[in-house]
Amino acid sequence: MTYATLRSLGLRLAVATVMTSQMAAARCEESSIMIDNFTFEPAQLVVKIGTTVTWKNRDDIPHTVVSAGKFRSKTLDTDDSYSFTFTAAGDYTYFCSLHPHMKGTIKVE
Amino acid sequence: MSAHDEHTGVSRRRVLECMTWAGTGVLWTISGGVPRSLGLVESALAAEPAGLTFLQISDSHIGFDKAANPNAKGTLEEAIGKIKAMPRKPAFMIHTGDITHLSKAAEFDDAERIISQAGLDVHYVPGEHDFIDEEVKFYRERYGRGTKGAGWYAFDAGGVHFIGLVNVVDLKAGGLGNLGAEQLEWLEDDLKGRSKSMPIVVFAHIPLWTVYPTWGWGTEDGARALDYLKGFGSVTVLNGHIHQVMQKVEGNVTFHTARSTAFPQPAPGTAPSPGPMKVADDRLRSLLGIASIDFKAGNERLAIIDTPLQG
Repeated sequence: MTYATLRSLGLRLAVATVMTSQMAAARCEESSIMIDNFTFEPAQLVVKIGTTVTWKNRDDIPHTVVSAGKFRSKTLDTDDSYSFTFTAAGDYTYFCSLHPHMKGTIKVE
Repeated sequence: MSAHDEHTGVSRRRVLECMTWAGTGVLWTISGGVPRSLGLVESALAAEPAGLTFLQISDSHIGFDKAANPNAKGTLEEAIGKIKAMPRKPAFMIHTGDITHLSKAAEFDDAERIISQAGLDVHYVPGEHDFIDEEVKFYRERYGRGTKGAGWYAFDAGGVHFIGLVNVVDLKAGGLGNLGAEQLEWLEDDLKGRSKSMPIVVFAHIPLWTVYPTWGWGTEDGARALDYLKGFGSVTVLNGHIHQVMQKVEGNVTFHTARSTAFPQPAPGTAPSPGPMKVADDRLRSLLGIASIDFKAGNERLAIIDTPLQG
C-alpha cells in the first residue's frame, strides 16, 4: 500500500518534471520560417532539441510542409501557420507536397 | 489566322506560334488528327468545321480572391457566357484541373453551378488544388465515378480517343508532376492494340512535357507516357497549370497549355517565382480565357483556338 502510493507519487513527480522542462524548452527556443515566392526562407536552419519551428505562408497560393514519416501540415492558405516541435536530433528534410520543387532542411542538434 | 492558311503553305509550327498570341479560349479542331489553328473563334465558325469541336477550360480556381483577381467566380462566369454565346454548340468540354482554389465543398458547388450553365458535358481531371481537402474526397465524390486510381479514364468521341490523366498525386520532394507506375501501366494497356490512325487527345493538369523545371512545370515520368504514344499518327496533349498559352510540336505530338479563367502567371523565368500575377485591371481579361478544339475527319488537321475573355 505504502509502496504503491510512493511509486505513484514518484511517477507523477517524474511526469511533472518532464512537462516542466518541455515547457521551458518551448518557451526558450522558437524559430520561424517564412514561405515567400515559393521558397522556404531560410531553406536551411539549425536548431537545438526542443525547438518549436513555425512556418508561415505569405504567398497568394496554398502550400504544405511535409517531411516523410516525420511531420505533415495541413494545407496552409495565405497567412496560415504550422508549428512542429523537434524532440530528437537529426537532419529533417521537408518539401511542399503541392509544389515539390520547394524544399528545406532543419538540422536539430 | 484562319482556315485558308491551310492552302497558303504556312507551316503548322508557324501557325501555332501565331496562335500563342491569339487569345483566350482554345477552340480545338481535330481534323484527321493533327491540330491546327483555324484562327479566332469567329473565323473558325465561318469555316464551318464539319467535324468534332470541343472546348477546354482550365484553372478556374474558384475561391481565389487575392489581388491578381478578387473575382475568380465572375471571370469564370464570363468564360461560360462566351461558350453559351457560340453559334455552334461544341460537343463537350474538358476541364484540365484546379477547378477550386482550396478544395472546399462550397468552392466545388460554385464551380459546378457556373460551369453547368454552359449546358455541355464536362470531362474533368484534377489539379493539385482539387485534392487538398482533409479527406481528399470532394473531387472524387463529384467527378471520380467510373475512373481508375486517382481519377484517370479514357473515352471515345467523334472518332477520337480521349485520355484523361492525373499527374498531381504523390509528388516527390524535388520532383515535378507525377503519373506513377500504376497509371502508366494502365495507359500502356489502354493503347495496346488500338489503331495507330486513331487520333489521340491526352489531357492532364500539369504539362506532360518539361516547360520549366525550376518552377516545377513538367511531369517527372511524362516521357514514359509519350513513349506509349509513339507510332500514333496524331497525338494532342492538352494541359493547364501554368495559366498561359504555350505550344510545342514534336513529330506527331502537339503540346498545348490553356489559359486560366482566374488569374495569369508570369512567363517562365520572368519573375522570382510562379504564382498569381497582378496586372493592370484593364489587361486582366486579355490574359484569361478558354480554348476550342476542332477535329475534322479526313483532312488530318486538328485546330486549337485560344480565345481571351477580352482583346
